[in-house]
Formats: sequence, structure tokens, C-alpha cells
Amino acid sequence: MFEIFGIPSQALFGQLLLGLINGSFYALLSLGLAVIFGMLNIVNFTHGAQYMMGAFTAYLLLQYLGIGYWAALVIVPILVGATGIVIERFLLQRLRGLDHLYGLLLTFGLALIIEGVFRNYYGANGQAYGMPDALTGGHNLGFMFLPNYRAWVIVFSLIVCFGTWFAIERTRLGSYLRAATENPTLVRAFGINVPRLVTLTYGFGVGLAGLAGVMAAPIYNVSPQMGSDIIIVVFAVVVIGGMGSIMGAILTGFALGIVEGLTKVFFPEASSTVIFAIMIVVLLARPTGLFGRGM
Amino acid sequence: MASLAGVPTVNRQREGARSEAVAAGILVAFLAAAPFVLYPVFVMKALCFALFACAFNLLIGYVGLLSFGHALYFGWASYLAAYAAQSWAMPPGLAIMIGTATAAVLGIIAGLIAIRRQGIYFAMITLALAQMMYLVALRAKLTGGEDGIQLPSRRRLFGVFDLNNEMTMYAFVVIVVLAALFLIYRIINSPFGEVLKAIRENEQRSISLGYSTDRYKLVAFVLSASLAGLAGSLKAMVFQLASLTDVHWTMSGEVVLMTLVGGLGTIFGPVVGAFFIVAMENYLAPFGQWVLVIQGVIFVACVLTFRRGIVGELAHWLRVKL
Amino acid sequence: MRGSTGALTAGLAMATAVFLGTVAARAEDIQVKLGVLTDMSSLYADDNGPGSVAAAKLAVQDFNPSAHGMKVDIISADHQNKPDIGANIARQWFDTQNVDAILDVPNSGVALAVNEVVREKNKVFLVSGAAISDLTGPKCSPNTIHWTYDTWMLANGTGKAVVKTGGDTWFFITADYAFGHALERDTTAVVLANGGKVLGSVSVPLNNQDFSSFLLQAQQSKAKVIGLANAGGDTINSIKQGAEFGITAGGQHFAGLLVFIGDVEALGLKVAQGLVLTETFYWDMNDATRAWTKRWQVDRPGKFPTMTQAGVYSATLHYLKAVAALKSAKDGKAVVDEMKKMPTDDPLFGKGVVRADGRKIHPAYLFQVKSPAESKYPGDDYILKATIPANEAFRPMKDDNCPLVTN
Repeated sequence: MFEIFGIPSQALFGQLLLGLINGSFYALLSLGLAVIFGMLNIVNFTHGAQYMMGAFTAYLLLQYLGIGYWAALVIVPILVGATGIVIERFLLQRLRGLDHLYGLLLTFGLALIIEGVFRNYYGANGQAYGMPDALTGGHNLGFMFLPNYRAWVIVFSLIVCFGTWFAIERTRLGSYLRAATENPTLVRAFGINVPRLVTLTYGFGVGLAGLAGVMAAPIYNVSPQMGSDIIIVVFAVVVIGGMGSIMGAILTGFALGIVEGLTKVFFPEASSTVIFAIMIVVLLARPTGLFGRGM
Repeated sequence: MASLAGVPTVNRQREGARSEAVAAGILVAFLAAAPFVLYPVFVMKALCFALFACAFNLLIGYVGLLSFGHALYFGWASYLAAYAAQSWAMPPGLAIMIGTATAAVLGIIAGLIAIRRQGIYFAMITLALAQMMYLVALRAKLTGGEDGIQLPSRRRLFGVFDLNNEMTMYAFVVIVVLAALFLIYRIINSPFGEVLKAIRENEQRSISLGYSTDRYKLVAFVLSASLAGLAGSLKAMVFQLASLTDVHWTMSGEVVLMTLVGGLGTIFGPVVGAFFIVAMENYLAPFGQWVLVIQGVIFVACVLTFRRGIVGELAHWLRVKL
Repeated sequence: MRGSTGALTAGLAMATAVFLGTVAARAEDIQVKLGVLTDMSSLYADDNGPGSVAAAKLAVQDFNPSAHGMKVDIISADHQNKPDIGANIARQWFDTQNVDAILDVPNSGVALAVNEVVREKNKVFLVSGAAISDLTGPKCSPNTIHWTYDTWMLANGTGKAVVKTGGDTWFFITADYAFGHALERDTTAVVLANGGKVLGSVSVPLNNQDFSSFLLQAQQSKAKVIGLANAGGDTINSIKQGAEFGITAGGQHFAGLLVFIGDVEALGLKVAQGLVLTETFYWDMNDATRAWTKRWQVDRPGKFPTMTQAGVYSATLHYLKAVAALKSAKDGKAVVDEMKKMPTDDPLFGKGVVRADGRKIHPAYLFQVKSPAESKYPGDDYILKATIPANEAFRPMKDDNCPLVTN
């Protein structure tokens, strides 16, 4: 056990670890938002509610169908992504050509509906979701105690984030996506079904939110307001990182989680607001965000 | 950039004045009769929200800026007004002024940060700023956190009028709100207001005409924040309580909803929208969380099919300006 | 034509007579309306909520209003743990729905707000759910009776017991609102008075879902006791997540300063065993409490009544007796004065008294949660460790700082 700046290493690394985990969720969620914004130019306010739906779907699958965590990791993003596809196809498509603010308002309304419905059945309480057996317990590393599940969260979200980045920036499908964002008409002329691509992209982004929800279920209580609690912080993360950039969203998410964790050690009262304070500073210095490409 | 509200503009001004006067007359008559038919506290609550929504509408309807964090000014003004009344023993008039001034200061600071961006970015920044101040309110000693600030009883206005008398309080609220609405009306129909509308229609062109649009937007922002603060301070005096609900993001969402339902870019739209939503919430209160769901449904429905709002549709149908 | 007019007139006369007769008969009845204002959807819903409404209904049943020439109605609402919503509901109930008394109100912040509205409107406030001892202290009111328990009682029950058994260094995890701060304040006083030390504390937002960073801080402090100045869902989460981080394995103990049987049931005996807590009612105490619990469970199958729900029953019963004696519920202060004059007696709390400061007095019990092996049937959760007599369980009036009590 050693001390850094007067803080024992256990405390420091413990909070850093928690910060890295929060950062994993920030990264996953802002990644989903960035993907959706990149393709549709819509700020998906429903993202928080879809994250919550992911957690609840995992909970319900376990409660009523006995389907456990590992299967849920695969099933839930597909289910939640499917609801996203329905939303895009029947609601968001009608807003094509209108001011983008209407998209924000529509997704805001959807978020209220989803949260309200869940709140009605589950109150504002949290439901417990048991940790998968393979990941319980932890290792004492000497300078800190590392619970296994939390280590898994970090590793898996890194894989998902970089996998998504790779798919979008380095594969052919990704290049179609990026081209369709720049110039949909031209891409259509090449025979690519752009509306379907857009719908699937929204579904994919929403699926990412659902995946984050499943991963959150064992460590954060599954409660109807878990989405709204986190979504506004994720918005700030996205503004800091810059809306258009996938890598920016991932890096900023992890980085800000770590910053938040550090703040909890050295200046706990400010920990909930530090991300917003950083947002203000970044906006004043570099309005398009750290990695943004301008609007 | 397409404008958010498709309202008739400059050429209908003269006919507009007449229809607006008629609508104003109806509103005054309604407010005169209301306390004898409806629960006065309900009407006062609706009036405070009507002012809040009109202040919000100043930005979205006439400048084209969607502020998604307007609860910041509403809530913090109510906190400061309540705090002034409680800890500094200020009479209600002064407390309200302090609250409004607080909102103005917050408006200047937030405006300077947010005006740099437009459209969606602007909305997200205002939301994030409001959330940050919500988190501050959660922990600050000043605001009482979860418990809020409680005022023991209403005091005398200007040392003369006893606000514990429900009708006196009601009259006071009506006068203040109507005066503020009139002020908004004058702002919109002034040369300053015309420039704002020009900025909403085409900011690039306004810049090329020589207007420093950022400055105009900032002034509009501060005006909107101050009037929202006035509404918040008034509400604190009516209910003798300032709480976290007033700074929460759902409050920001509610004022957007009221304006959307009532009619963006109309004078009376937000008033109608406020009454509608407050009445709906009152009526549906026994149904608990369904209120949230219904608010969401109204949002979605308005955005998809009812973008003009109640008053907007009425104005469109009658081909007048409201 | 004339015949039918005659018949019509006679018919009308008869109808009027019957109508007047029934109205006259009903005008005899004293109308009383009770409002149960509680948390129906959030972290206190299980420990209060619908169970409190059920308890109030049983009290009305047992009182038998028609035998006293009274008619009693019960309405209820969800204050959602927000003081403004609670105060607004209270005000609207008084102004437009003729409610005479408000019951329960868990969440001390809401209770403080409602306390002021009740005082302003001269109605009656029977607090069972909220704990803040200020309700019989600086905020005491001639319209309010604090019934079941309070933070001072909890601090002197659980707090003192834990310090006396060797828990002399404390770290608080405190719910960041009136109740949490009051509980931390009252417990700190007890710890210090008994030779202990408080090493630190952290304030946590109400209804927090993730306690990990706060538990980490508690672990860091190396305090022997981690005092949980929170309740309901917050306490459940703190203890559950504490298990995940190996808090108890590391030698630290949780002191659940406010734990209800509902929380113990939610945690399960495996996790909750050994917890020491103070309550003023336990369903399995004697035959009378067991019989009442059976009746209560008709409305709430599978659950066990908490002390606050029992408190709603006891308070309602005593209130109705006072209204019957006065023959009116209109003057809140008069009814409360009557309630203070009459000694209390009910099957759940036994005999007791309401003090001049509005504090209801009855004995408190120190319980310890059984291990799974010791529990023989569902709900068999507690061992009685000690009984604190009524005159010692609550703060002495002279220490109140209550303006009502002239020194």
C-alpha cells in the first residue's frame, strides 16, 4: 500500500477503477449516439430509455423465461435494436426534411413514454439482477481489490467500441455508411438502398444502448430512471468529444469516466458536475468539440 | 435552415393587432371570472407556467433557438426569491425582484456560453448547463437540497396588501403576468423583434445586412431567462415553497411541451398550452406515472401531426394572427 | 287531469319527505375525511405505501363509525418523495376536498412541508412514516402528533447499543435530506456521549442506486462501524452492495440505523442476519399483534406490517376517538388537544400517552435479525434483545426546544 498525493493507493485505484467502468458506459452510449447522429443527424434523446429497456429486458428474460446473462448479451441488443428499427421506420422517417430539432423533440417524447410505462409497473425502485456466476468474486491485487465483473465490463466495452470503430472506418459496409451520410443521392445512384441503411443504422445504435443496459444490470440496480440519470451526462460527453467523430466519442467517454473518478478522490463534492464544467471550458475554447469536424 | 414555426409574418400586422386584441380581451374576461368557478391556486399555478412558457416561446418562436434547459432560470429564480424571503426576511415584492435578477445573471452567463452554437448543439448545451445547475442545487446548502426552501406564510405586499387573502394574491399574480405578457408582445412587435424574426428566417442574410446577430440573440436570451425567472419567483410566492422539481430537466421538458401544444410563435399559444397541461396534470394526478406517458404521447403527436399547436391551428383556420 | 295533478303533488310531497328524512338523518352524522399521504412508488413504498392505507382502513373498521354517529372516508395519494407535490396535495385536499386529517407521510422533507400547510389551515397531522425529531422540536406544532418513532429514538436505541458493544469508531453514509442529516446528527451525539469517535461521513442523493464509490470511502476510513443514516431502498442497496465489495469480510460492520421488517425481508436473512435495529412494533410480539397482522395481510398478502404502518392504525384509532368525544373534526387544534388529554390504548402499542410537545410515548425494542437457521417460519425475523421503557425511549421534553412547551 503506498500513497499518492496523500491519498492511499487503495482509494485512488479503487475510484479510478469505478471511473473507468462509468467511462465504459459513457463510451458505449456516446458511441451509439455518435453513430445515429452521423447517419441521421438526429439527436436520439430516447437513448437513455433504450439503455434502461436493455437492462429491464435482461431482468425480465431472467425473471420469466429463466434466460441468463450470457444469452441476454446477445438477445437483448437484438430485441431493443428491433424496437429502434420500428421507431425509425414509422416515426422518425416522417420527420425527414424538417428541422432537426423536431427529431430531438420526438425522441424526447418517446423517452418520456418509455420511462413512464416502466415507472408505472416498477415504481421508482430498483430491481435486483444477479451477477452471472462465472464473474462473481474478485482478485486482491495488493494495491486494490478488483471485482471480476467490473473488469469484464471494461474489457468487453473496449472490444465492442473498437469493433464498431473498425467496422465503420475500415470496412466496406462502413464506407457505404459514411458515403451515404455525405451524399445520399449519389450513393443511391450506385444502387445502395439508403433508407434501409439508415433504418438499420438507427437500429444498430439503439442496440448498442440495449447492450450497455444488459451490462449495467448486475452492477447498477435496474430502475426506470437509470436512463434519464445518465443520458444528460452522455450528451455532455458527446458535446465535448464532438458529434461527428466515432473515435472521439469512444476516447472522450473513457477519459471523462476516469476524470470523474479522480475528482471523487480529490474533490468529491464536484464529482457530479465536473463533466459539465469541462464541457463549458471546451465550448469556450474549441466550440466544435475536441475531435469534432464542425457543423 | 428551415424555420421551426410556420407563422404568418410581417404583412399581416394590422389585421393581427385586431385579432390579438380580441384574444387578449377573452383572456382578461376569463381570468376575471376564473377564481369564482375554479380553484384559485390552480389558476395561479397555470398563470405562472403561462408566463414561463411565453418567456420560452420568445426564444423558440421568434428567434428559432430551442432552449432545452429553461428550468435553470425558472427554478433558480424561485430558489433565490424564497431564500430572500426566508433568510433575508425580504417582503414579496423585493424577493421577486431578486429572483428575477438572479435569472437575468444566469441568463447572461449561460447565453455567453451557448450562443456560440445553433440548432441541436444549442439545445444540448442548454440542457447540459441546466443539468449541471440541478446537480448544484441538489447539494447546495442554499437550496435545501431534497427538502427545498419553505416559507412559513405569505407576507404583505408593499406593506399594504395581505397576500394570505387568496383573492388578493390572485389579483397580484394576474396583474404581474398580464403586464409581462404585454411586455413580450411589445418586444415582439418592436424593431428589435423584427430583427429577431429576420435572424430566425435567415441568419446569414441578417449578418450580411450588418446586424451583429450574436448580440441580438444574447439580448433575447437574457430577456427570455429573466421573464422565466419572474415566473419562477412568482410561483415561489404563491406556493411558499421552492424545490428541486423546479430545476429538474422534466420541468424544462414541460415548458417545451406547453409551448408546442399551445402553438410555437404565437402570442397566446403558450398561455393556452400552459393551462391545458396544468389542467391535464391535475386531472390525471391520481393516475400516477401515466402523466409522464401521456405527456410523451402528446409530444410525439404534436411533433408528427400537430406542429402548429392549438392556437396555431386556430390562427391558421381563421387566417388571423394570434 | 285534476286527479293526476293531485297524484303528482302527493307523490312529490312524499318524495320530498323521504329525501328530507334521509338528508336529516345524514346531517346527524359527523363527516370525517382522512387522507393517507404516502410514498406509493418509490423507495419507501413497501415500508409505508399501500400498507399504510390498509392499516388506516382497519382502524376505521375497528372504530365502527356508525356506532358513534360518524361517517369516515379515506382517500390516499402518492407524494413521490417531493415536498412540493406533498404540500400541494395537502393544500388541495384541505381547500377542495374537506380532508380533516393527514396520515403517515414518510420522508421527513415532505413531512416538514406538510407540517406547515396543516398548521396554516388548522387541520390535523398524524405523522407515522417520517422520522425527523424536529417535528417535536423546533418545528413542533399544536396541530401535529409525531406517532411511531423518531431519529432521537433510533440513535439512542441502535446507536447506543452498537457503541456499547465495541463499535466506537464510526463512518456515516447519509441520505442527503432532512431525515438523513437529522439521524446522523442525533446518532453522532450518542456516539460522542458514549466515548466513541466519528471518523467521517458522506452525503448520498436520495434513492441512489449505486453506492460503490461511497462504500469505497467508508472502507478507506477504517471505521469499525459504517452507520447507514438512510432507509428503505437506500439501506437495502447499501448493504447488498457492501457485500459485493467485501465490507463485512474486511471486519467492518453496518449499523442499520433505520431498518424495517420490509427491508429485512427484501435483503433476505442470509445477508441481513446479525443486524441490530430498533423498532416500536413487531408483528410477532404477542397474540394481539399476530391477530391484527393476519387481518392486515388480507390486503397485503406475503408482506409483514412495519412499525410505521402499525402506527397509522394506532394514530387513526385514537384520532377518531377524540373526534367522537368532541363531536366535530373541524378544529384541528382542539382535536389534537383532546388526543393529548386522552391516554391511548390499542392492541398494537398497548397503553401510552401523547405528550404536550406532540410526541406519542410507548416502549421501544432492540431487535437482532435472526440467521436463516434460527427462523422457523416466514416473517420470523427478529430476536428481542432489550426493551427500552417508554419514558427513556424518547427525548425528554426539556431538551426539545419546542415553542409549545413553556419552560
